Amino acid sequence: MPLIEINDISKIYRLGDIDVNALNSVSINIDKGEFVAIMGQSGSGKSTFMNIIGCLDKPTSGRYSLEGVDVAGLTRDELAAIRNKKIGFVFQGFNLLSRTSAIENVELPMLYNGLPARDRKERAAAALDKVGLSGRENHHPNQLSGGQQQRVAIARALVNEAPLILADEPTGNLDTKTSTEIMELFVRLNAESDITVVLVTHEHDIAAFSKRTLKFLDGRVVSDSPTINL
Amino acid sequence: MINIPSTIKISLRALRVNKMRSALTILGIIIGVGAVITMLAVGTGARQRIGEQIASMGSNLLMVLPGATTSGGARMGAGSQMTLSTSDAEAILKECPAVLHVAPVLGGVAQVIYGNQNWSTGVTGTTPAMLEVRDWPLSEGRPFAEEDVRSASKVCLLGQTVVDNLFGSIDPIGQIVRIKNVPFTVIGVLDRKGQSPNGQDQDDTIYIPVTTAQKKIFGTTFPGMVRIIMVKAKGAEELSQAQKQITELLRQRHRIAQKQDDDFTVRNLTQMMQAAEESAKIMALLLGAVASVSLLVGGIGIMNIMLVSVTERTREIGIRMAVGAKTWDIRLQFLIEALILSLIGGGIGIVIGVSGSQVLSTIAGWPTIISLFSIFLAFGFSGVVGIFFGFYPAMKASLLDPIEALRYE
Repeated sequence: MPLIEINDISKIYRLGDIDVNALNSVSINIDKGEFVAIMGQSGSGKSTFMNIIGCLDKPTSGRYSLEGVDVAGLTRDELAAIRNKKIGFVFQGFNLLSRTSAIENVELPMLYNGLPARDRKERAAAALDKVGLSGRENHHPNQLSGGQQQRVAIARALVNEAPLILADEPTGNLDTKTSTEIMELFVRLNAESDITVVLVTHEHDIAAFSKRTLKFLDGRVVSDSPTINL
Repeated sequence: MINIPSTIKISLRALRVNKMRSALTILGIIIGVGAVITMLAVGTGARQRIGEQIASMGSNLLMVLPGATTSGGARMGAGSQMTLSTSDAEAILKECPAVLHVAPVLGGVAQVIYGNQNWSTGVTGTTPAMLEVRDWPLSEGRPFAEEDVRSASKVCLLGQTVVDNLFGSIDPIGQIVRIKNVPFTVIGVLDRKGQSPNGQDQDDTIYIPVTTAQKKIFGTTFPGMVRIIMVKAKGAEELSQAQKQITELLRQRHRIAQKQDDDFTVRNLTQMMQAAEESAKIMALLLGAVASVSLLVGGIGIMNIMLVSVTERTREIGIRMAVGAKTWDIRLQFLIEALILSLIGGGIGIVIGVSGSQVLSTIAGWPTIISLFSIFLAFGFSGVVGIFFGFYPAMKASLLDPIEALRYE
């Protein structure tokens, strides 16, 4: 059974009187343990696609199953629970809570699944250790470099042991060297922990770290192939 | 499953970030709660004072006044003509089953002399039953007896004000005072009673046997004449019954024909006092209501700040939603924030309100009473205000679209 099973989904936005077809009957399967890069120009529908896989948005039509669960019929709160347990998000702008220490940022997803405080601390510390940030638990985001902030965000995505990490241009705000380090971290997590990584990027050298590349154009998948390493 | 301790921690942190803003919002609630507590204290204080004054008058009191006769078509007011006598008083006690005690009164103002001191005071000729009617115990000595009334003895009971003015620190019992130059032996001193509901000093008085007053001090136009008859009914329920029985009896005794007006008036003092108490109650309610408005305004302040806070923290809300916060997680976070603001305000407001009432009673001399109930009421009310005015912002936060919220700059 594929981890992500997408069958003929479309997403139509209404902008005034005009319907915009953000996604146009897309069908894709992603198996557990894959490392997929999604490429395309802005407006190609890749962000909409990511929002739908991330259970932040619902398709207008079509079926999407995550680990065999059909997401279409779920309520707002049920979607929140799925995001909490099954999906880790990594954003371009890190999206950490300011004035909140690294470890507390990592603890955030666990606040919403009823884990006792001591377990939260332990698991958050372990996740920070995994991304190479042990010793910086009590630093606040403004005391950390961009790469370190993104590592905190990755630790936050890992902490609930979600099988799927969605990274939306995770290196967009980072320099080349740090970008490489972050991508190597994703590769390692993918290889060691069998975590499925779906990555949106428009840079070929970032996509090169993945194993499979999907190209979006005008709301359709125009190519789906193993990543060619240049 | 909602994690309350963490939510409280998050809320506290958010409030600390904007210290000035939180403090000003709290100030609104402090003023509201403080005002409610102070106003309630003033209101209850006033009611209690009136209640005490009523009690000092004696309970279940009726007053029978002479007069209200018609002479040549012109109706005279109460007290305009002496029509009551000691025998009326005795008949009322005997014939009216709803009546417990009866005391006839013949009094006036007279100069009282002791040694080289003199004092002008109200001299009341009455019977021993007066002490029962007025619920007025003696602080020392003995009351005069029926025997003293029968024999028109020259004995008297002094009010505290008279004692203070004539005797100072000397023990008045057994001393001779001269009332209108007639020597009287002091046999007892009345307990201190304080002001009457209409502001008179009730302790500025002397009680003497009614017969002595009639024969030796004031004189009468007919034998046994009295000015007023004080009546104590058996209970609050019997008051109107007693009033009716007395009216019937006196009409009969005074031979008043069916169509003729009464030549006396029966006044229900307790009813008058209750009216005063009622108006005090309304004043207390009014004060409380005005104070509540300021608490309401404080609540609007909370709502205002919470709405600003939700807008400012849109992205934070988006992040929380992305990592799995459910509707009620977000809603509760903002509700708890509002509640913390209002409860801190409520707590400080109680302190301010309590000390404010203390200051009022010391400086302005108003009687204030802080009841535990008013404290709970104000505190509870501030909590309700927090929840009520926090709910809309919390709703708004929890219904944000996570994608929009994450994109918010």
